Amino acid sequence: MNSIATAVSMPETAVQEGTDVDHKIEYPATTVGAPFVDKAKLRMRGIDVFYGDKQAIHNVSLDIGQHEVVAMIGPSGCGKSTFLRCLNRMNDTIEGCRVSGDIQLDGEQINGASVDVVPLRARVGMVFQKPNPFPKTIYENVAYGPRIHGLASRRAELDEIVETSLTRAGLWNEVKDRLDQPGTGLSGGQQQRLCIARAIAVSPEVILMDEPCSALDPIATARIEELISELRENFTIAIVTHSMQQAARVSQRTAYFHLGNLVEVNDTERVFTNPEHALTEAYITGRFG
Amino acid sequence: MTKSHALRNQEKVRSRIEQNLKRRYRKEKIFRGFGIASIVFGLLCVAVLLTDIIYKGHGAFFQHYLQLEVQYDPETLGIEQVDESALALANFDGVIKDAMKARFPEARDRRARRELYSIPSTDAPFALRDRLQQAPQLLGERETIWVMVDDDVDAFIKSLDEIEGGFRGRVSERKAGWLMSLYESGELQNRFNTQFFTSGDSREPEQAGIKAALVGSALTLLVTLALSFPIGVAAAVYLEEFAPKNRWTDLIEVNINNLAAVPSIVFGLLGLAIFINFFELPRSAPLIGGLVLTLMTLPTIIISSRAAIKAVPPSIREAAMGMGASRIQVVFHHVLPLAMPGMLTGAIIGLAQALGETAPLLMIGMVAFIVDVPTGITDPATVLPVQIFLWADSPERAFIEKTSAAIMVLLAFLITMNLGAVWLRKKLERRW
Repeated sequence: MNSIATAVSMPETAVQEGTDVDHKIEYPATTVGAPFVDKAKLRMRGIDVFYGDKQAIHNVSLDIGQHEVVAMIGPSGCGKSTFLRCLNRMNDTIEGCRVSGDIQLDGEQINGASVDVVPLRARVGMVFQKPNPFPKTIYENVAYGPRIHGLASRRAELDEIVETSLTRAGLWNEVKDRLDQPGTGLSGGQQQRLCIARAIAVSPEVILMDEPCSALDPIATARIEELISELRENFTIAIVTHSMQQAARVSQRTAYFHLGNLVEVNDTERVFTNPEHALTEAYITGRFG
Repeated sequence: MTKSHALRNQEKVRSRIEQNLKRRYRKEKIFRGFGIASIVFGLLCVAVLLTDIIYKGHGAFFQHYLQLEVQYDPETLGIEQVDESALALANFDGVIKDAMKARFPEARDRRARRELYSIPSTDAPFALRDRLQQAPQLLGERETIWVMVDDDVDAFIKSLDEIEGGFRGRVSERKAGWLMSLYESGELQNRFNTQFFTSGDSREPEQAGIKAALVGSALTLLVTLALSFPIGVAAAVYLEEFAPKNRWTDLIEVNINNLAAVPSIVFGLLGLAIFINFFELPRSAPLIGGLVLTLMTLPTIIISSRAAIKAVPPSIREAAMGMGASRIQVVFHHVLPLAMPGMLTGAIIGLAQALGETAPLLMIGMVAFIVDVPTGITDPATVLPVQIFLWADSPERAFIEKTSAAIMVLLAFLITMNLGAVWLRKKLERRW
């Protein structure tokens, strides 16, 4: 009796969670558009993510190409951040979170209990939503990664890494005279660029950015976006963003997530001018979000 | 029509708010008054306590000394030359008695003589021996020296300012007369009592000192700190950062919280059963005291350390893990440095509690009468609160001021410890 009641009530819940649009539009069995590329840096196949009993990501498959910026957009709670965190196994740190599926970095499996996350995270760096510099000096913030991974044997080498990383993050000129001051004393935008400098100091191959500009003002945001475009030459970047304009400005391909499903992946221009899926269109035209 | 209605309504609302405003402010005032009253009450209690203790105890830091003209007469002493064995047998008591007899020749009968001889402390012959040992050439010479007086004499002289005619107690009228003449001629002098800080306990109040208890407390706390801080921090780090959240860890957490509320005497019984009866460690020693107090302070340290670790923002952990730091590196590079001030505060609170603890130490024999200053953690020792307890229990009047003085020393110890903690905290705390 009880189980029947649950079974009956389930579709109702699904409807309540969605919006009016859900009634008319069918979910795609597979992602529409072009989720796969030929020379993929990261290859994800059939990713499911569970928080306890609750499934947050449903069977997502996606490729991220070499030296490409892929933007992930979608309404709040659609699972884009969760998906991003699968790519450097940050979900491991969350109690009760389970990730299944195939994730390959340069053809190497990175999802699985036997994979060591320490070298993986050196290859796949991350920048978080809220700037989170360590409560240490600016120098120590950038030098931390090279130090723990043993990248510099001499002080001069470390100094050089710090300088190049800060220069690449466009922060060197602003902080070169106060490297020994706390990183938390910088402005929000500077802190976020410091976090980017910290991430690129270990020369990662991929940088994951989880809404890196959501806590910043428009000027600081513009600087970060500029920086992302520059970084693309050397790094592969996956960025989660709430701002569609930002996605349009910085990315080559855009992936639209909806309620844990990957609905559409296409060239950014295509997504914002002529979306293939009705849900994508509904989102970018602002009918929900 | 509707407009005037709205206007009237607004006026009504405004007057209501104003009416309520008065009540709100009054409530606020009353609440603030309560707060101030409680603080004033608290301060008053502390002030009364401190004045009482200082008033009663300040006398213990001073002691009356008697001027004596002694002759190191070889005949009286019964020795021919000054050496170790001769000094051990020498009759310094006789020298003191001769000096007293010479000062008060009117005391002729036995009873008067006995009263006369009881004026200097029983420590006086030993002081003479030390003097002669230092300066052997004095043998056969005359010298004026100062020796401590007996506690009854000291109490009598000290009470002269407070009570008309002084508190006589066991001092007879005749003896009081002698003392008054000594006092008026300046042969009795009040001096700073160094012996209080340099010697251990004694049955004679004037010879009793705090040093043994002070050193005992320091050693015991050292053992407690050395054991409880690392163990407590390690347990807290494991429980917060590594342990899976399941029924077992929940059970452990509940038990730690319960242990923090267990009466301390239970830990004393535990220490008696385990450390003394089972492991046969030396009883009355700071080692066992420290072990027992470690058991008692561990829950406090674990709980406060966990709170300090929890207060470290998760974003710092994420940042470090995102850089590829291992869990150990995250803990040692980021979590522990940020949590250290909070952990230290917890440790100091725990140690302050341990410093004032008496009950569990009674169970493991630290209540014994111990005269020698301990030199190591396995020597028999006593601690400050136990010493206070012992002195408060002694019948001699002079122990009243000793008790209060010991309390002052204990409070000074505590304040020094807390100041040290505040200083450490300030030094370690990162301000951003």
